[in-house]
Amino acid sequence: MSLNIDHASVVYPAADGRPPVAALSEVNLAITEGEFVVALGASGCGKSTLLNLIAGFLSPSSGTLTLDGQSVQGPGADRAVVFQKHALLPWLNVLDNVAFGLQIQGVAKQDRYRTANEYIGLLGLDGFQKSPVYKLSGGMQQRVGIARALTCDPKILLMDEPLGALDALTREKAQELILNIWGKTGKSVFFITHSVEEALFMGTKLIVMSPRPGRITHVFDLPFSRQFQSGAPARQVKASPEFIGLREKVLNIIFADEEAVE
Amino acid sequence: MTVTPLPKAPLPKTPGLFARMARARPTKPGEIYGVPGQGNTFWLSVASVTFMLFVWWLVTTLGLVKPLFVPSPQLVLAKFGQIWREGFTNTAFLDHILISTLRVFGAFLLACLIGLPLGLAMGMSPMIRGIFDPPIEFYRPIPPLAYLPLMIIWFGIGETSKVLLIFLSVFAPVVLGARSGVKSAAIEQIHAAYSFGATRWQVMRHVIMPSAMPEILTAMRVGIGFGWTTLVAAEMVAATSGLGYMVLSASQFLQTSVVIMGIFVIATIAFAFDLLMRFLERRLVPWKGRM
Repeated sequence: MSLNIDHASVVYPAADGRPPVAALSEVNLAITEGEFVVALGASGCGKSTLLNLIAGFLSPSSGTLTLDGQSVQGPGADRAVVFQKHALLPWLNVLDNVAFGLQIQGVAKQDRYRTANEYIGLLGLDGFQKSPVYKLSGGMQQRVGIARALTCDPKILLMDEPLGALDALTREKAQELILNIWGKTGKSVFFITHSVEEALFMGTKLIVMSPRPGRITHVFDLPFSRQFQSGAPARQVKASPEFIGLREKVLNIIFADEEAVE
Repeated sequence: MTVTPLPKAPLPKTPGLFARMARARPTKPGEIYGVPGQGNTFWLSVASVTFMLFVWWLVTTLGLVKPLFVPSPQLVLAKFGQIWREGFTNTAFLDHILISTLRVFGAFLLACLIGLPLGLAMGMSPMIRGIFDPPIEFYRPIPPLAYLPLMIIWFGIGETSKVLLIFLSVFAPVVLGARSGVKSAAIEQIHAAYSFGATRWQVMRHVIMPSAMPEILTAMRVGIGFGWTTLVAAEMVAATSGLGYMVLSASQFLQTSVVIMGIFVIATIAFAFDLLMRFLERRLVPWKGRM
Protein backbone atom coordinates (compact mmCIF):
# COMPACT_ATOMS: atom_id res chain seq x y z
CA MET A 1 0.00 0.00 0.00
CA SER A 2 1.28 3.42 -0.83
CA LEU A 3 -0.65 6.66 -0.90
CA ASN A 4 0.91 9.56 -2.76
CA ILE A 5 -0.28 13.12 -2.68
CA ASP A 6 1.51 15.25 -5.20
CA HIS A 7 1.26 19.06 -5.18
CA ALA A 8 -2.40 18.91 -4.15
CA SER A 9 -4.22 22.22 -3.69
CA VAL A 10 -7.79 22.91 -2.74
CA VAL A 11 -9.27 26.32 -3.40
CA TYR A 12 -12.81 27.07 -2.29
CA PRO A 13 -14.40 29.41 -4.84
CA ALA A 14 -15.24 33.00 -3.98
CA ALA A 15 -18.63 33.42 -2.36
CA ASP A 16 -20.66 36.32 -0.92
CA GLY A 17 -18.13 38.84 -2.14
CA ARG A 18 -15.27 37.18 -0.28
CA PRO A 19 -12.14 36.21 -2.17
CA PRO A 20 -11.40 32.54 -2.89
CA VAL A 21 -9.97 30.62 0.08
CA ALA A 22 -6.94 28.41 -0.30
CA ALA A 23 -7.76 25.56 2.10
CA LEU A 24 -4.75 23.53 1.02
CA SER A 25 -1.76 24.71 -0.90
CA GLU A 26 0.80 22.48 -2.65
CA VAL A 27 0.62 19.56 -0.27
CA ASN A 28 3.02 16.70 -0.81
CA LEU A 29 2.66 13.61 1.33
CA ALA A 30 3.47 9.94 0.98
CA ILE A 31 2.04 7.31 3.30
CA THR A 32 3.58 3.86 3.06
CA GLU A 33 2.56 0.44 4.34
CA GLY A 34 2.11 0.33 8.10
CA GLU A 35 2.84 4.00 8.71
CA PHE A 36 0.90 5.97 11.32
CA VAL A 37 0.75 9.52 10.05
CA VAL A 38 -0.64 12.15 12.39
CA ALA A 39 -1.76 15.58 11.20
CA LEU A 40 -1.66 18.39 13.75
CA GLY A 41 -2.32 22.08 13.44
CA ALA A 42 -4.30 25.14 14.46
CA SER A 43 -7.91 25.23 13.34
CA GLY A 44 -8.28 26.22 9.72
CA CYS A 45 -4.97 24.61 8.77
CA GLY A 46 -6.68 22.24 6.36
CA LYS A 47 -6.19 18.92 8.14
CA SER A 48 -9.83 17.93 7.68
CA THR A 49 -9.68 19.08 4.08
CA LEU A 50 -6.69 16.81 3.60
CA LEU A 51 -8.58 13.88 5.12
CA ASN A 52 -11.61 14.55 2.92
CA LEU A 53 -9.27 14.62 -0.05
CA ILE A 54 -7.82 11.21 0.78
CA ALA A 55 -11.27 9.80 1.57
CA GLY A 56 -12.43 10.97 -1.84
CA PHE A 57 -15.19 13.26 -0.55
CA LEU A 58 -13.39 16.20 -2.16
CA SER A 59 -11.41 16.49 -5.38
CA PRO A 60 -8.28 18.63 -5.52
CA SER A 61 -8.33 21.89 -7.46
CA SER A 62 -4.88 20.94 -8.77
CA GLY A 63 -2.35 18.20 -8.13
CA THR A 64 -2.89 14.45 -7.91
CA LEU A 65 -3.74 11.72 -5.39
CA THR A 66 -2.89 8.11 -6.07
CA LEU A 67 -3.46 4.98 -4.02
CA ASP A 68 -1.24 2.10 -5.19
CA GLY A 69 -0.79 3.92 -8.49
CA GLN A 70 -4.52 4.34 -9.03
CA SER A 71 -5.88 7.88 -9.10
CA VAL A 72 -8.35 8.51 -6.26
CA GLN A 73 -11.79 9.19 -7.73
CA GLY A 74 -14.39 9.37 -4.98
CA PRO A 75 -14.80 7.36 -1.79
CA GLY A 76 -14.13 3.64 -1.75
CA ALA A 77 -13.90 0.66 0.56
CA ASP A 78 -10.08 0.66 0.41
CA ARG A 79 -10.11 3.80 2.59
CA ALA A 80 -12.22 3.49 5.75
CA VAL A 81 -13.11 6.59 7.75
CA VAL A 82 -13.56 6.86 11.52
CA PHE A 83 -15.43 10.05 12.42
CA GLN A 84 -15.39 12.08 15.60
CA LYS A 85 -19.11 11.47 16.23
CA HIS A 86 -22.61 11.10 14.78
CA ALA A 87 -21.49 8.39 12.36
CA LEU A 88 -23.08 5.27 13.89
CA LEU A 89 -26.58 4.19 12.91
CA PRO A 90 -28.77 4.26 16.06
CA TRP A 91 -31.45 1.98 14.57
CA LEU A 92 -28.92 -0.86 14.37
CA ASN A 93 -27.39 -2.73 17.31
CA VAL A 94 -23.62 -3.01 17.83
CA LEU A 95 -23.28 -6.14 15.71
CA ASP A 96 -25.20 -4.70 12.75
CA ASN A 97 -23.33 -1.42 13.00
CA VAL A 98 -19.99 -3.20 12.85
CA ALA A 99 -21.24 -5.39 9.98
CA PHE A 100 -22.69 -2.39 8.12
CA GLY A 101 -19.83 -1.99 5.64
CA LEU A 102 -19.97 -5.67 4.72
CA GLN A 103 -23.73 -5.44 4.34
CA ILE A 104 -23.27 -2.57 1.88
CA GLN A 105 -20.86 -4.78 -0.05
CA GLY A 106 -23.43 -7.55 -0.27
CA VAL A 107 -21.70 -10.05 2.05
CA ALA A 108 -24.07 -12.79 3.27
CA LYS A 109 -25.42 -12.36 6.80
CA GLN A 110 -23.58 -15.31 8.37
CA ASP A 111 -20.23 -14.31 6.87
CA ARG A 112 -20.51 -10.68 7.80
CA TYR A 113 -21.53 -11.51 11.37
CA ARG A 114 -18.52 -13.83 11.67
CA THR A 115 -16.11 -11.09 10.53
CA ALA A 116 -17.88 -8.46 12.63
CA ASN A 117 -17.62 -10.66 15.71
CA GLU A 118 -13.86 -10.99 15.22
CA TYR A 119 -13.42 -7.22 15.30
CA ILE A 120 -15.91 -6.84 18.14
CA GLY A 121 -13.65 -9.15 20.11
CA LEU A 122 -10.52 -7.28 19.02
CA LEU A 123 -11.98 -3.97 20.24
CA GLY A 124 -13.11 -5.50 23.55
CA LEU A 125 -16.81 -5.18 22.85
CA ASP A 126 -17.70 -8.84 23.37
CA GLY A 127 -21.08 -9.28 25.01
CA PHE A 128 -22.42 -5.99 23.63
CA GLN A 129 -23.41 -7.37 20.22
CA LYS A 130 -27.13 -6.86 20.83
CA SER A 131 -26.84 -3.54 22.66
CA PRO A 132 -28.32 -0.46 21.00
CA VAL A 133 -25.44 1.88 20.17
CA TYR A 134 -27.15 4.95 21.64
CA LYS A 135 -26.96 3.38 25.08
CA LEU A 136 -23.17 2.95 24.96
CA SER A 137 -20.67 5.40 26.43
CA GLY A 138 -18.77 7.71 24.09
CA GLY A 139 -15.63 5.57 24.33
CA MET A 140 -17.50 2.40 23.43
CA GLN A 141 -19.30 4.10 20.56
CA GLN A 142 -15.92 5.12 19.19
CA ARG A 143 -14.70 1.52 19.45
CA VAL A 144 -17.76 0.42 17.46
CA GLY A 145 -16.83 3.00 14.83
CA ILE A 146 -13.26 1.66 14.65
CA ALA A 147 -14.45 -1.96 14.45
CA ARG A 148 -16.83 -1.02 11.66
CA ALA A 149 -14.03 0.65 9.72
CA LEU A 150 -11.77 -2.40 10.11
CA THR A 151 -14.27 -5.07 8.99
CA CYS A 152 -13.93 -4.17 5.33
CA ASP A 153 -10.17 -4.72 5.49
CA PRO A 154 -9.24 -1.28 4.13
CA LYS A 155 -5.75 -0.42 2.96
CA ILE A 156 -5.71 2.69 5.11
CA LEU A 157 -7.69 3.97 8.09
CA LEU A 158 -8.60 7.65 8.02
CA MET A 159 -9.34 8.93 11.51
CA ASP A 160 -10.83 12.41 11.86
CA GLU A 161 -10.26 13.41 15.51
CA PRO A 162 -11.70 10.09 16.64
CA LEU A 163 -10.91 10.73 20.30
CA GLY A 164 -11.79 14.42 20.36
CA ALA A 165 -15.11 13.92 22.17
CA LEU A 166 -13.77 11.60 24.89
CA ASP A 167 -12.81 12.49 28.44
CA ALA A 168 -9.11 12.52 29.29
CA LEU A 169 -8.93 9.09 30.97
CA THR A 170 -10.96 7.25 28.34
CA ARG A 171 -8.92 9.04 25.73
CA GLU A 172 -5.57 7.74 26.99
CA LYS A 173 -6.94 4.20 27.13
CA ALA A 174 -8.34 4.57 23.62
CA GLN A 175 -4.94 5.76 22.38
CA GLU A 176 -3.30 2.61 23.66
CA LEU A 177 -6.10 0.49 22.23
CA ILE A 178 -5.70 2.05 18.78
CA LEU A 179 -1.94 1.51 18.88
CA ASN A 180 -2.49 -2.14 19.83
CA ILE A 181 -4.97 -2.63 17.00
CA TRP A 182 -2.59 -0.90 14.62
CA GLY A 183 0.16 -3.25 15.72
CA LYS A 184 -2.01 -6.33 15.27
CA THR A 185 -3.50 -5.41 11.91
CA GLY A 186 -0.54 -3.57 10.40
CA LYS A 187 -2.85 -1.05 8.72
CA SER A 188 -1.65 2.31 7.54
CA VAL A 189 -3.31 5.12 9.45
CA PHE A 190 -3.92 8.80 8.78
CA PHE A 191 -4.92 10.40 12.06
CA ILE A 192 -6.06 13.94 12.83
CA THR A 193 -5.86 15.41 16.30
CA HIS A 194 -5.81 18.69 18.19
CA SER A 195 -3.71 17.25 20.99
CA VAL A 196 0.07 17.61 20.68
CA GLU A 197 0.69 14.86 23.22
CA GLU A 198 -1.64 12.46 21.41
CA ALA A 199 0.04 13.27 18.10
CA LEU A 200 3.55 12.65 19.41
CA PHE A 201 2.60 9.48 21.25
CA MET A 202 0.71 7.80 18.45
CA GLY A 203 2.38 8.68 15.16
CA THR A 204 5.36 7.29 13.36
CA LYS A 205 5.30 10.46 11.33
CA LEU A 206 3.96 13.84 12.39
CA ILE A 207 2.95 16.49 9.91
CA VAL A 208 2.41 19.95 11.37
CA MET A 209 0.12 22.12 9.32
CA SER A 210 -0.36 25.90 9.26
CA PRO A 211 -3.34 27.95 8.16
CA ARG A 212 -3.79 30.58 5.46
CA PRO A 213 -3.14 28.90 3.16
CA GLY A 214 -3.38 25.42 4.68
CA ARG A 215 -0.06 23.68 4.14
CA ILE A 216 2.42 21.29 5.68
CA THR A 217 5.17 23.26 7.39
CA HIS A 218 7.05 20.62 9.39
CA VAL A 219 7.49 16.87 9.24
CA PHE A 220 8.89 14.85 12.15
CA ASP A 221 9.69 11.16 12.35
CA LEU A 222 8.56 9.85 15.72
CA PRO A 223 9.91 6.93 17.74
CA PHE A 224 7.41 6.92 20.61
CA SER A 225 4.64 4.63 19.35
CA ARG A 226 7.27 2.02 18.49
CA GLN A 227 8.68 2.34 22.02
CA PHE A 228 5.21 1.73 23.40
CA GLN A 229 4.75 -1.26 21.12
CA SER A 230 7.99 -2.82 22.25
CA GLY A 231 6.71 -2.76 25.81
CA ALA A 232 7.42 0.62 27.36
CA PRO A 233 4.47 1.87 29.47
CA ALA A 234 2.61 4.79 27.93
CA ARG A 235 3.20 7.15 30.85
CA GLN A 236 6.88 6.40 30.87
CA VAL A 237 7.08 7.17 27.15
CA LYS A 238 5.21 10.43 27.62
CA ALA A 239 7.46 11.43 30.52
CA SER A 240 10.76 10.87 28.70
CA PRO A 241 12.96 13.95 28.07
CA GLU A 242 12.87 13.49 24.29
CA PHE A 243 9.07 13.38 24.35
CA ILE A 244 8.83 16.53 26.44
CA GLY A 245 11.47 18.31 24.35
CA LEU A 246 9.65 17.57 21.12
CA ARG A 247 6.32 18.50 22.68
CA GLU A 248 7.64 21.98 23.54
CA LYS A 249 9.08 22.38 20.06
CA VAL A 250 5.80 21.48 18.37
CA LEU A 251 3.79 23.63 20.78
CA ASN A 252 6.00 26.60 19.90
CA ILE A 253 5.29 26.09 16.21
CA ILE A 254 1.55 25.88 16.77
CA PHE A 255 1.37 28.87 19.11
CA ALA A 256 3.38 30.91 16.61
CA ASP A 257 0.76 30.04 13.98
CA GLU A 258 -2.09 31.03 16.30
CA GLU A 259 -0.46 34.37 17.04
CA ALA A 260 0.17 35.04 13.38
CA VAL A 261 -3.55 34.58 12.78
CA GLU A 262 -4.51 37.00 15.53
CA MET B 1 -27.56 21.31 83.23
CA THR B 2 -30.52 21.90 81.03
CA VAL B 3 -30.41 21.89 77.34
CA THR B 4 -32.66 24.28 75.60
CA PRO B 5 -34.01 22.52 72.56
CA LEU B 6 -33.26 24.18 69.31
CA PRO B 7 -36.26 25.72 67.66
CA LYS B 8 -37.69 23.37 65.07
CA ALA B 9 -36.73 24.26 61.55
CA PRO B 10 -39.77 25.22 59.52
CA LEU B 11 -40.81 22.67 56.93
CA PRO B 12 -39.61 23.62 53.47
CA LYS B 13 -42.51 25.10 51.58
CA THR B 14 -43.48 23.78 48.19
CA PRO B 15 -42.97 26.74 45.91
CA GLY B 16 -46.17 28.21 44.54
CA LEU B 17 -46.74 28.94 40.88
CA PHE B 18 -45.66 32.55 41.18
CA ALA B 19 -42.54 31.73 43.18
CA ARG B 20 -41.54 29.23 40.51
CA MET B 21 -42.13 31.74 37.75
CA ALA B 22 -40.16 34.39 39.54
CA ARG B 23 -36.94 32.50 40.16
CA ALA B 24 -35.41 29.14 39.40
CA ARG B 25 -34.89 26.97 42.48
CA PRO B 26 -32.80 23.87 43.04
CA THR B 27 -34.48 20.70 41.85
CA LYS B 28 -35.25 17.56 43.81
CA PRO B 29 -32.71 14.73 43.49
CA GLY B 30 -33.47 12.73 40.38
CA GLU B 31 -34.57 15.73 38.38
CA ILE B 32 -32.37 17.75 36.09
CA TYR B 33 -31.98 21.41 36.87
CA GLY B 34 -33.52 23.80 34.40
CA VAL B 35 -35.29 21.40 32.02
CA PRO B 36 -38.28 23.36 30.75
CA GLY B 37 -41.65 21.95 31.67
CA GLN B 38 -40.48 18.85 33.48
CA GLY B 39 -42.77 16.99 35.87
CA ASN B 40 -45.58 14.48 35.71
CA THR B 41 -48.91 15.89 34.56
CA PHE B 42 -51.12 12.80 34.76
CA TRP B 43 -53.05 13.58 37.94
CA LEU B 44 -53.38 17.24 37.07
CA SER B 45 -54.92 16.22 33.75
CA VAL B 46 -57.30 13.84 35.50
CA ALA B 47 -58.29 16.63 37.85
CA SER B 48 -58.73 19.06 34.97
CA VAL B 49 -61.04 16.69 33.08
CA THR B 50 -63.01 15.89 36.21
CA PHE B 51 -63.39 19.56 36.98
CA MET B 52 -64.65 20.37 33.50
CA LEU B 53 -67.16 17.52 33.60
CA PHE B 54 -68.29 18.71 37.00
CA VAL B 55 -68.81 22.29 35.81
CA TRP B 56 -70.68 20.97 32.79
CA TRP B 57 -72.91 18.87 35.02
CA LEU B 58 -73.40 21.69 37.50
CA VAL B 59 -74.46 24.43 35.09
CA THR B 60 -76.85 22.11 33.26
CA THR B 61 -78.37 20.58 36.38
CA LEU B 62 -78.89 23.99 38.00
CA GLY B 63 -80.61 25.06 34.80
CA LEU B 64 -78.18 27.95 34.23
CA VAL B 65 -78.02 27.09 30.52
CA LYS B 66 -80.86 25.82 28.40
CA PRO B 67 -80.47 22.26 27.09
CA LEU B 68 -80.77 23.67 23.57
CA PHE B 69 -77.37 25.33 24.03
CA VAL B 70 -75.65 22.89 26.37
CA PRO B 71 -77.41 19.61 27.11
CA SER B 72 -76.44 17.86 30.33
CA PRO B 73 -73.87 15.05 30.36
CA GLN B 74 -76.62 12.60 31.32
CA LEU B 75 -78.63 13.65 28.29
CA VAL B 76 -75.66 13.24 25.96
CA LEU B 77 -74.96 9.81 27.43
CA ALA B 78 -78.60 8.82 27.08
CA LYS B 79 -78.56 10.02 23.48
CA PHE B 80 -75.49 7.90 22.89
CA GLY B 81 -77.33 4.84 24.21
CA GLN B 82 -80.38 5.58 22.12
CA ILE B 83 -78.48 6.09 18.87
CA TRP B 84 -76.33 3.07 19.64
CA ARG B 85 -79.51 0.95 19.79
CA GLU B 86 -81.67 2.65 17.19
CA GLY B 87 -79.23 4.19 14.78
CA PHE B 88 -79.48 7.68 13.29
CA THR B 89 -81.56 8.48 10.21
CA ASN B 90 -82.12 4.83 9.42
CA THR B 91 -78.44 3.95 9.51
CA ALA B 92 -76.91 1.92 12.33
CA PHE B 93 -74.56 3.89 14.55
CA LEU B 94 -71.65 1.56 13.86
CA ASP B 95 -72.19 2.09 10.14
CA HIS B 96 -71.83 5.84 10.63
CA ILE B 97 -68.58 5.23 12.46
CA LEU B 98 -67.42 2.70 9.89
CA ILE B 99 -68.06 4.85 6.83
CA SER B 100 -66.33 7.89 8.37
CA THR B 101 -63.40 5.80 9.51
CA LEU B 102 -63.10 4.27 6.05
CA ARG B 103 -63.12 7.70 4.44
CA VAL B 104 -60.50 9.11 6.76
CA PHE B 105 -58.22 6.07 6.83
CA GLY B 106 -58.65 5.39 3.11
CA ALA B 107 -57.59 8.94 2.37
CA PHE B 108 -54.80 8.67 4.94
CA LEU B 109 -53.39 5.45 3.46
CA LEU B 110 -53.56 6.88 -0.04
CA ALA B 111 -51.82 10.07 1.12
CA CYS B 112 -49.06 8.01 2.76
CA LEU B 113 -48.64 5.73 -0.24
CA ILE B 114 -48.19 8.67 -2.59
CA GLY B 115 -46.98 11.36 -0.20
CA LEU B 116 -44.14 9.55 1.56
CA PRO B 117 -42.26 8.47 -1.61
CA LEU B 118 -42.90 11.87 -3.17
CA GLY B 119 -41.65 13.68 -0.07
CA LEU B 120 -38.51 11.53 0.08
CA ALA B 121 -37.92 12.11 -3.63
CA MET B 122 -38.37 15.86 -3.13
CA GLY B 123 -35.80 15.76 -0.36
CA MET B 124 -33.34 13.81 -2.49
CA SER B 125 -33.72 15.47 -5.87
CA PRO B 126 -33.67 19.20 -6.60
CA MET B 127 -35.45 18.50 -9.89
CA ILE B 128 -38.44 16.80 -8.27
CA ARG B 129 -38.47 19.43 -5.52
CA GLY B 130 -38.46 22.20 -8.10
CA ILE B 131 -41.42 20.67 -9.92
CA PHE B 132 -43.67 19.75 -6.99
CA ASP B 133 -42.86 22.45 -4.45
CA PRO B 134 -44.97 25.25 -6.04
CA PRO B 135 -48.28 23.34 -6.37
CA ILE B 136 -48.04 21.84 -2.88
CA GLU B 137 -47.06 25.11 -1.23
CA PHE B 138 -49.83 26.83 -3.22
CA TYR B 139 -52.72 24.66 -2.07
CA ARG B 140 -51.41 23.78 1.43
CA PRO B 141 -52.62 26.91 3.28
CA ILE B 142 -56.04 26.99 1.54
CA PRO B 143 -58.87 25.78 3.80
CA PRO B 144 -60.45 22.57 2.39
CA LEU B 145 -63.86 24.26 2.53
CA ALA B 146 -62.63 26.73 -0.08
CA TYR B 147 -61.86 24.09 -2.67
CA LEU B 148 -64.73 21.78 -1.73
CA PRO B 149 -66.96 23.33 -4.45
CA LEU B 150 -64.28 22.59 -7.05
CA MET B 151 -64.05 18.98 -5.89
CA ILE B 152 -67.80 18.64 -6.30
CA ILE B 153 -67.86 20.29 -9.73
CA TRP B 154 -65.00 18.09 -10.92
CA PHE B 155 -65.68 14.78 -9.22
CA GLY B 156 -69.39 14.86 -8.43
CA ILE B 157 -71.09 14.29 -5.11
CA GLY B 158 -70.02 10.64 -4.66
CA GLU B 159 -67.30 9.10 -2.52
CA THR B 160 -64.50 10.35 -4.81
CA SER B 161 -64.80 14.00 -3.91
CA LYS B 162 -65.17 13.22 -0.18
CA VAL B 163 -62.11 11.00 0.00
CA LEU B 164 -60.15 13.34 -2.26
CA LEU B 165 -60.89 16.31 -0.01
CA ILE B 166 -59.60 14.43 3.05
CA PHE B 167 -56.69 13.09 1.00
CA LEU B 168 -55.59 16.60 0.07
CA SER B 169 -55.62 17.77 3.67
CA VAL B 170 -53.48 14.80 4.79
CA PHE B 171 -51.21 14.84 1.75
CA ALA B 172 -49.43 18.17 2.32
CA PRO B 173 -48.19 17.55 5.88
CA VAL B 174 -47.12 14.00 4.99
CA VAL B 175 -45.12 15.18 1.97
CA LEU B 176 -43.48 18.01 3.91
CA GLY B 177 -42.61 15.70 6.82
CA ALA B 178 -40.97 13.10 4.59
CA ARG B 179 -39.16 15.83 2.70
CA SER B 180 -37.64 17.44 5.77
CA GLY B 181 -36.97 13.97 7.25
CA VAL B 182 -34.42 13.44 4.49
CA LYS B 183 -32.27 16.06 6.17
CA SER B 184 -32.21 14.13 9.49
CA ALA B 185 -29.27 11.93 8.56
CA ALA B 186 -25.95 13.31 9.81
CA ILE B 187 -23.48 13.93 7.03
CA GLU B 188 -21.04 11.60 8.86
CA GLN B 189 -23.54 8.73 8.57
CA ILE B 190 -23.91 9.38 4.86
CA HIS B 191 -20.15 9.69 4.36
CA ALA B 192 -19.58 6.46 6.29
CA ALA B 193 -21.93 4.59 3.94
CA TYR B 194 -20.31 6.07 0.83
CA SER B 195 -16.85 5.23 2.12
CA PHE B 196 -17.91 1.56 2.25
CA GLY B 197 -18.67 1.86 -1.45
CA ALA B 198 -22.42 2.38 -1.13
CA THR B 199 -24.45 3.43 -4.15
CA ARG B 200 -26.83 6.38 -3.93
CA TRP B 201 -29.72 3.95 -3.65
CA GLN B 202 -28.04 2.07 -0.79
CA VAL B 203 -27.42 5.33 1.09
CA MET B 204 -31.10 6.15 0.61
CA ARG B 205 -32.24 2.70 1.75
CA HIS B 206 -29.83 2.13 4.66
CA VAL B 207 -29.18 5.62 6.02
CA ILE B 208 -31.58 8.30 4.85
CA MET B 209 -34.88 6.40 5.11
CA PRO B 210 -34.31 4.97 8.60
CA SER B 211 -33.11 8.30 9.94
CA ALA B 212 -36.17 10.00 8.44
CA MET B 213 -38.52 7.63 10.31
CA PRO B 214 -39.10 9.85 13.38
CA GLU B 215 -40.11 12.82 11.23
CA ILE B 216 -42.23 10.59 8.98
CA LEU B 217 -44.13 9.19 11.96
CA THR B 218 -44.69 12.68 13.34
CA ALA B 219 -45.90 13.84 9.92
CA MET B 220 -48.33 10.91 9.80
CA ARG B 221 -49.70 11.88 13.21
CA VAL B 222 -50.15 15.48 12.11
CA GLY B 223 -51.65 14.30 8.81
CA ILE B 224 -54.32 12.06 10.30
CA GLY B 225 -55.27 14.96 12.57
CA PHE B 226 -55.91 17.12 9.51
CA GLY B 227 -57.89 14.22 8.06
CA TRP B 228 -60.36 14.17 10.97
CA THR B 229 -60.56 17.96 10.84
CA THR B 230 -61.64 17.79 7.22
CA LEU B 231 -64.11 14.94 7.71
CA VAL B 232 -67.07 17.15 8.59
CA ALA B 233 -66.42 19.40 5.59
CA ALA B 234 -66.21 16.33 3.35
CA GLU B 235 -69.53 15.02 4.63
CA MET B 236 -71.30 18.36 4.22
CA VAL B 237 -72.48 17.66 0.72
CA ALA B 238 -74.82 14.86 -0.30
CA ALA B 239 -73.75 12.47 2.43
CA THR B 240 -76.35 10.14 3.95
CA SER B 241 -74.12 8.60 6.55
CA GLY B 242 -70.96 9.27 8.54
CA LEU B 243 -70.14 11.00 11.80
CA GLY B 244 -69.72 14.38 10.12
CA TYR B 245 -73.09 13.97 8.43
CA MET B 246 -74.63 12.99 11.75
CA VAL B 247 -73.29 16.11 13.48
CA LEU B 248 -74.34 18.42 10.64
CA SER B 249 -77.86 17.09 10.22
CA ALA B 250 -78.42 17.00 13.97
CA SER B 251 -77.40 20.66 14.13
CA GLN B 252 -80.05 21.48 11.53
CA PHE B 253 -82.68 20.02 13.82
CA LEU B 254 -81.09 21.69 16.86
CA GLN B 255 -80.37 18.29 18.41
CA THR B 256 -77.42 19.66 20.36
CA SER B 257 -76.98 16.47 22.35
CA VAL B 258 -76.28 14.51 19.14
CA VAL B 259 -73.83 17.18 18.00
CA ILE B 260 -71.87 16.95 21.24
CA MET B 261 -72.06 13.16 21.24
CA GLY B 262 -70.71 13.07 17.65
CA ILE B 263 -67.86 15.38 18.60
CA PHE B 264 -66.92 13.07 21.46
CA VAL B 265 -66.98 10.00 19.21
CA ILE B 266 -64.72 11.66 16.61
CA ALA B 267 -62.34 12.83 19.34
CA THR B 268 -62.22 9.37 20.88
CA ILE B 269 -61.38 7.61 17.60
CA ALA B 270 -58.75 10.22 16.72
CA PHE B 271 -57.23 10.00 20.18
CA ALA B 272 -57.14 6.19 20.10
CA PHE B 273 -55.31 6.28 16.79
CA ASP B 274 -52.88 8.85 18.14
CA LEU B 275 -52.13 6.54 21.08
CA LEU B 276 -51.45 3.76 18.57
CA MET B 277 -49.08 6.02 16.64
CA ARG B 278 -47.25 6.98 19.83
CA PHE B 279 -46.92 3.30 20.69
CA LEU B 280 -45.53 2.60 17.20
CA GLU B 281 -43.12 5.50 17.62
CA ARG B 282 -41.73 4.05 20.82
CA ARG B 283 -41.38 0.63 19.20
CA LEU B 284 -39.98 1.72 15.84
CA VAL B 285 -37.73 4.63 16.77
CA PRO B 286 -36.67 4.22 20.41
CA TRP B 287 -33.48 6.05 19.46
CA LYS B 288 -35.36 9.24 18.52
CA GLY B 289 -33.47 12.27 19.78
CA ARG B 290 -30.84 10.16 21.50
CA MET B 291 -27.98 10.22 19.01
